[in-house]
Parts: sequence; structure tokens; C-alpha cells
Amino acid sequence: MNEIPLTHILFVSTALFFIGMYGLFTRRNLITMLMSIELMLNSVNINFVAFNKYLFPDKLDGLFFSLFIITIAAAEAAVAIAIIINLYRSHQSIDVDDATEMKF
Amino acid sequence: MNTSAILFYAIATLILGAALLAVTSLKIFRSAIWLLFSLVGIAALYFWMQVEFIAAIQIVVYVGGIVVLIIFSIFLTQQSGNKMAKPARPKIIFSALAALLGTAFTFNLINHYGFNTVSAQPFNSSVSEIGTQMLSTTSHGFILPFEVVSMLLLAAMVGCIVIAMKPTSADIVHLNKKED
Repeated sequence: MNEIPLTHILFVSTALFFIGMYGLFTRRNLITMLMSIELMLNSVNINFVAFNKYLFPDKLDGLFFSLFIITIAAAEAAVAIAIIINLYRSHQSIDVDDATEMKF
Repeated sequence: MNTSAILFYAIATLILGAALLAVTSLKIFRSAIWLLFSLVGIAALYFWMQVEFIAAIQIVVYVGGIVVLIIFSIFLTQQSGNKMAKPARPKIIFSALAALLGTAFTFNLINHYGFNTVSAQPFNSSVSEIGTQMLSTTSHGFILPFEVVSMLLLAAMVGCIVIAMKPTSADIVHLNKKED
């Protein structure tokens, strides 16, 4: 357990965050962009739990932060999917390039 | 290299490989399934770190909730067998470059920052400990954010229903009258 240093867990979460960022930049479909956001949120959660476990084992604050992040991510995903379904009804497409009414 | 280290690198490979496939796969349904594998891998990482409660929450909320929601919305909004358009080549190149530079920069920062790990104290993350602190009203309790987040969930639920509700014909007539 103690042979893996904290930095290796941080490397994994950093790589996961930037994979999510790459997906957010290249995708044009709203659902796949939402998936990328979920990946980024998860990488942050891994960081919180790892810091809590390795640096402050006498406290539990990191665990609570990740619990609340998971809750808010669930609410965010639900609202985002409601908006996506509404957008699909009015535009017959969920491509971000097709929804340009508010573009200046 | 003992079993625990091998396990960690296997889990890390699973997470990163599945995440990479999730953001590059051109079929949206496959992309959702790869996301599922990546989230299961993250839950396995939590199990490996011995925070079983967070791992259970991860499986219940993400794998059981959010991925199912995403798959539902894929079925509701588009043909899941169709291939999505490939992103333009310059966009791929510049996004990959930005991601790689960011990764390299952050790796460098992490590598040079000396974390002073304290491993002497045992880490107690049992469910009873979490529950006691979550609902305690003392200065280190989390009762206020707990209540606020429950209100947020209620608001999100009502908001989702209102946003995704199909307008009835009575609503449409009412709207037309208003415009006249």
C-alpha cells in the first residue's frame, strides 16, 4: 500500500483530467461533451480522496468534498440531459454547431 | 513490485485507456460504454485506497445513475448505431497539443513539489465515522451543506421535470394569445 507514492495517483488523475479536456475540445455533440465533463469531475474527486488519505489521515474533509461533488454532479447531469432533450425537440439535433440563435 | 503496486498500475491503465476510448470513439453508444468502464475503474481505485464508502457511492451514483441517464438520452435523441462526424484535423491537433502540454506542465509541477506524506496515523474512513461527522452540528460537522445539498437536489428534480415537459396544446394556445 505505501509503496505507491502520492504522486503516482496524482499523475493518473492529471492524465484523466486532460483526457476529459481533450474530449471537451474535440467533440461537438452535447451528450459526449457531458461525458467529458463527468471524467474531469471524477479526476478532481480522485485528487480529494488521495490528498485526504495521504496528507491528512486524521481528518475526513476530503471525503466530504468528494461526496458533495458527486451529489452536485448528479444534479448537473440530470439538468443537462433535460436541456438536451428540450433542445432536441426544437432543433432535431444536439450538435452545438446547430444551436446558433444566441450567437452574436 | 508487490501485488498492491501491480493492482494499482492495472487499475490506472484501465481508467486511462477506457477514458481515452470514451472521448475518441466515433459511435456514441460505444463511447458511453467506455465511460462506464472508466467509472468502474475509478471505483476500483477507491477500493484500492480503502475508502469503501466513496467507492460504493461512486458505483451507485455514477454507474447506476448517471451512465444509465446518458444511455437513455442517447436512445431518446439519436440513432445510436450511426457514426458521428470525425472532428476536423486541425482541431484534433491543437486540442491534443493543448492537452499534452497541460499534462506535461502539471506532471512537472507534481514531480518537483515535495509532498510530506504522513503515514504514521491510521486512516479511519468507516461509515459510522463519516455518518457521525456528516450529521454533527459542532464546528467540524457538515449538517448545513448536507441540508443545502438536499434542497439543491429537490430544485434540480423539479427543474428537470419543468424543462423536459412536453408543452400541452392548452399551453400553446395560451402562448399564442399572449403574443397577439
